[in-house]
Amino acid sequence: MKKAFVTLGFALGLPAILVVLWWIATTVSPSFFVPTPGELIVTFVETWFGPRLWVDILPSIARFGIGVVIAIVAGILLGMLVGLNRDLRAFTEPVFEFFRALPPPVLIPVLLLLFGPTDWMKVFIIVLAAIWPVLLNTIEGVRAADPVQTETSRSYGISGLNRVRYQVLPSAAPQILAGVRQSLPIGLILMVISEMFSSSSGLGFSIIQFQRRFAIPEMWSGILVLGLIGFAVAAVFRYVERRILRWYHGLKELENAA
Amino acid sequence: MLHDTPVPIDTVSHGRTLPAEETLLSVRNLKKVYSTDGGDIEAVRDLTFDLGKNELTCLVGPSGSGKTTLLKCIAGLLAPTSGEVVLDGKVVTAPPKKMAVVFQEYGRSLFPWLRVADNVELPLKNAGVPKARRTELVEEALANVGLDHVPRSYPWQLSGGMQQRVAIARAIAYQPEVLLMDEPFAAVDAQTRADLEDLVRKVRKTLGLSVLFVTHDIDESVYLGERVIMLSSSPTVVQEDLVVDLPEERDQLETRSMPRFTELRHHVYEQIQLAKRGFRPDVAATK
Amino acid sequence: MTVQSPGDQTVTRSVAAVQAKSRRRRYRPRRALLGLAGILTLLAIWEIAARVGLVDPRFLPPPSEVLPRLLEIATIAPFWIAVGDTLVQWGLGLAIALVLASVTGVVIGLSPFLRRATSSTVEFLRPVPSVALIPLAVLLFGVRIEASLLLIVYAAFWQIFIQVLYGVADVDKIAMDTGQSYGFSTWQRIRDIVFPTTLPYLMTGIRLAAAVALILAITAQLIIGTPGLGLEIARAQNAGLYTTMYALVLATGFLGVLINFGARFLERALLSWHHSVRGEIPV
Repeated sequence: MKKAFVTLGFALGLPAILVVLWWIATTVSPSFFVPTPGELIVTFVETWFGPRLWVDILPSIARFGIGVVIAIVAGILLGMLVGLNRDLRAFTEPVFEFFRALPPPVLIPVLLLLFGPTDWMKVFIIVLAAIWPVLLNTIEGVRAADPVQTETSRSYGISGLNRVRYQVLPSAAPQILAGVRQSLPIGLILMVISEMFSSSSGLGFSIIQFQRRFAIPEMWSGILVLGLIGFAVAAVFRYVERRILRWYHGLKELENAA
Repeated sequence: MLHDTPVPIDTVSHGRTLPAEETLLSVRNLKKVYSTDGGDIEAVRDLTFDLGKNELTCLVGPSGSGKTTLLKCIAGLLAPTSGEVVLDGKVVTAPPKKMAVVFQEYGRSLFPWLRVADNVELPLKNAGVPKARRTELVEEALANVGLDHVPRSYPWQLSGGMQQRVAIARAIAYQPEVLLMDEPFAAVDAQTRADLEDLVRKVRKTLGLSVLFVTHDIDESVYLGERVIMLSSSPTVVQEDLVVDLPEERDQLETRSMPRFTELRHHVYEQIQLAKRGFRPDVAATK
Repeated sequence: MTVQSPGDQTVTRSVAAVQAKSRRRRYRPRRALLGLAGILTLLAIWEIAARVGLVDPRFLPPPSEVLPRLLEIATIAPFWIAVGDTLVQWGLGLAIALVLASVTGVVIGLSPFLRRATSSTVEFLRPVPSVALIPLAVLLFGVRIEASLLLIVYAAFWQIFIQVLYGVADVDKIAMDTGQSYGFSTWQRIRDIVFPTTLPYLMTGIRLAAAVALILAITAQLIIGTPGLGLEIARAQNAGLYTTMYALVLATGFLGVLINFGARFLERALLSWHHSVRGEIPV
């Protein structure tokens, strides 16, 4: 019981202190640029829990979700294909190296030109940005498959798709998920700025509108929404990763303890 | 390469051959040369021997005698340069269904993402064995190696000896006719090792398997085997093929204290020392 | 030719060693050729797509026009000024983030109390996408480079900070105790025990942060309009100079490749003396 209170204290202590400081600072010397905590909460509820939820927030999240899922699935499939074939790896390496290094936001003007400001173009941008970490990590994870595991598979006649399913994919999973972890924030960045660059709705668009109209509390509430989405995405990822890689974390813990 | 004179094949340095009906596995004039940029490495020169049905044969040789190469050729994991391996009348070109391998590196050979029972089950699942039969075979195999209490554990949660038991269970659940073991106990402590040795003998007896057991441990080879094939140093030929005429029931204390055990051990030891010093039966025969 | 395996080595091992060596050697020209073929294939697909007219040819100029344009703009000053602006924002942002993250990372990492007290706040702030700060940056700094720096520092900070925390957590307790019993000062302990252990993690953090910092620099230029390659791309697009726009996009990619190679080279050079080059922590 006492332990639970201590844990809770540690979790809420610093955030509470920060909020109090913020409240004191904005109350003592009100600033045009920073709303008080109370103002922010009121604005947050008023702004986002209405039609904007359906017009701005959910479509943005949907585009992000679809884009990221396509990127992950395509990245893993393509990565398996390339990673298992040495020549294909050599063939694609410089090209992939270039696209990985290309800062994805520069693709926005290009795709805008080619496809116009549609929903699918925004999804496509998220896919094009988020696929590289997954793809390259999958290639590396597959390439680094343990030779003893591979021989074990062969000696038991486990080959082709079964080998991919039972040996290659699970053994590359830690690396693949490390790639997914890198690609999620990139997908989120592209979700926001594709809407800022060319859109008439969406979170990114609304936040920029608020800023242009000097609707400061609304702007801050938008930043808060994005923060909450980022936090939620990270939490979901952590949960999924813990589940998929339970064996891996257990193994690492044991190794570190030794 | 002064001594590279042709060696009369079939006169020396071959192991015992058996009549076809008693033979399960035959190795005929097996040769393996690795070709690399830095030149060819001749690992195995010329090996011929037969493995009888329901027989436990140990292969022993000095470090660097191409034991692992030979085993991989037999397992169908490596293609021989010339010669052939025949299992049940069929030439081995790929890992055969009737064969299972237990590797030395148990930690890497078991899949860490699968629980013990799932590891044992995987080859059966891959082979399309129906679920009910699979469960039965897995339970049986785990009981046979004394691990029926940990099916839900992950292999890495177990000790080294227990992990190797899981690998053995996986092999026997696959229902092979031949079990190949590549220095399986090289990485476990002495006490566990003795237990595992007895386990191998017990399992072989209950299941009626043929076992080819590769080791560099002379004691182990004499204690376990009904036959010990000694290998020369690389490029490998058979140094000697010895029948171990110890009673069938082996016991860690009793067997090891028998005068005959000491004699055999002594003999094998001498041969291995000879091999280490570079004595080669094929070269000796031409002199 | 016959090679004898050296006495102690097993055949398998010496074969593996020789094969690995020869694979590295023999494979190189073949690999380079295949890589080149890959690049040429991509260019060919692009060229054909542009010529066949899958899309409006004005919107997708072929590489045979874009590459010469890239060479052309590479001879004029404004291009290099834009590259310089981009690199200044990138480098300055990365440097500020590095200093802030290393100091706070070591201070927080060394104290179990601080680590516990800050973890919830860190877990909340870290996933906030730095582009959420764009309106704030505009409001505070307009199109001055501070706007870029705000985004870059925020994004790069977390990458380095988290790696430093991992690194400090990896410091050997016994080594620290030994240091204390030999009368090392706190500073000495940080310099001689914490720093060497943390360095590989720090380098990983810097490598990841370097890539993220470039993304944010270009984003700020593209969206906010701070000077740099991103702004030039936006301008070219608005002016309908599409060939120039593609040339600038390529240039940005090459800059990214250079930064990636540079970061990897630096990491290897700095850690080559380090006896325990560690695997990357998947973050």
